[in-house]
Amino acid sequence: MSSGNNILVKLKDAGIRQNDKWLVKGVSLEVEKGKIVTLIGPNGSGKSTTAKIALGIYKKIEGKVEKFTDKIGYVPQKISVDWTLPLRVHDFMVLTENLKDEEINKALTLTGVLNLKNKNLGNLSGGEFQRVLLARAISKKPELLVLDEPVQGVDFTGEIALYKLIKEISDKLNCGILLISHDLHTVMSATDHVVCLNGHVCCSGSPIDVAKNNEYKALFGDQASQILTRYEHKHDHVHSSDGSIEQKN
Amino acid sequence: MFDDFFIRALFAGIGVAFVTGPLGCFVIWRRLSYFGDTLAHSALLGVTIAYSLEFNIAFSVFITSSLIALILVQLQNKTNLPGDALLGLLAHSSLAVGLVVIGFLTFIRFDIMGLLFGDILAVNVNDIYIIWFGGALILLILKLIWKPLFASTVNYELAEAEGLNPNRAKAIFTILMAAIIAISIKMVGLLLITGMLIIPAAMARNISDSPLKMVTYSIIGGLLSVLIGLFTSLEFNTPSGPSIVAAALFLFILSLLKIKQTIKLKN
Repeated sequence: MSSGNNILVKLKDAGIRQNDKWLVKGVSLEVEKGKIVTLIGPNGSGKSTTAKIALGIYKKIEGKVEKFTDKIGYVPQKISVDWTLPLRVHDFMVLTENLKDEEINKALTLTGVLNLKNKNLGNLSGGEFQRVLLARAISKKPELLVLDEPVQGVDFTGEIALYKLIKEISDKLNCGILLISHDLHTVMSATDHVVCLNGHVCCSGSPIDVAKNNEYKALFGDQASQILTRYEHKHDHVHSSDGSIEQKN
Repeated sequence: MFDDFFIRALFAGIGVAFVTGPLGCFVIWRRLSYFGDTLAHSALLGVTIAYSLEFNIAFSVFITSSLIALILVQLQNKTNLPGDALLGLLAHSSLAVGLVVIGFLTFIRFDIMGLLFGDILAVNVNDIYIIWFGGALILLILKLIWKPLFASTVNYELAEAEGLNPNRAKAIFTILMAAIIAISIKMVGLLLITGMLIIPAAMARNISDSPLKMVTYSIIGGLLSVLIGLFTSLEFNTPSGPSIVAAALFLFILSLLKIKQTIKLKN
């Protein structure tokens, strides 16, 4: 990736050890303004851990992390709100930043959950909660968004809409996004840079480069790299109603 | 105005209730009941030190409780014992050491019952100043750390990731806990301070749907408990601390009726 003042967060050979076992090791990556960087990898490959290192949640790390912004929005992978806390969606929205009512409404409208504003957080479904989490993260107009599987539990149509929204936000706010996703379709179509993790960085680069990489194929199987080709191929032809191919002019 | 002991007790109690209201909510949210109890038990040691060195009681209790909190953090980091065992260890050993020290201080007459359960007769004008100035300071600091403290109570990682410095807020909150115990010990007594913290807040939880409402109701509940408790104490010559806490319990039971209603409405 190119240099310049656009870098929001930079990991250099970062890793973390717990009880003499590396959770993740030797990760280098940069997130720039207006760019989407996606972490992919199997379960337990250190995706969330890497995100938390980038966010500065872990203190005792190896290597180096540099953050160039304080305006951060975070959607964690797991969050459980205690029933001892009476907390409405509205209270949750202003958790880390004071927002005007219209800003709250706008963010909730974008993720399609304005009707839940006065509901108790504990009564939301998984998908609804996920939409609220995303709304909270974008409402503060962050420079860096860290999204750890932001659409888990969201219905199929909602999933597509939310990914579209994430892409839009990245363009509109010109913010950098560090995204963790299992959905290779999305990753390959809407991402600028892919980092494939398996305890360490297997491979990284543009989606096309990564899809061609042998380690990626070994990790996700041949199927996975074909996802991309399906996306990449440009229609130089049209299908007629009976399915036969007609050449485009 | 402060000539009458009852007026003094009333002012002291009202001051305490304003502070225990919001702090109590955090004690419930952050599951710190036993932590509060431990700090309160260690207060006896602080009182004995104050007596033997002719020190101000509130100040001495504040220092001792803060030290115990610090020791707790160290023990948590350096031993493999579970948190509740460490809390019990510190609570009972500091209480025991405090009582042993009292045994040695034969030249001072101790009102043990007053220390354990509070004594409104013992509240002097100086104590009222400490409660109101100390209490105002505690509330001011709590207001300043509210955002990081509350955010990290909901989710630590979210608060840390978005740059709110939750560890600092947590450390400051611990000091505030030691401070509220120090200023309210004469009034409520060390065995019942935690009750004064959590019972009005628990009552408030039953009737609120937002954090701010819970804090407000918790303060109102605390004030009512102090008023009812002190008048009962005056009327029936009962110890002040237990009377206040029993009044708080009474309000808590009333709030359960409200829960029943809401559950019925839902069904």
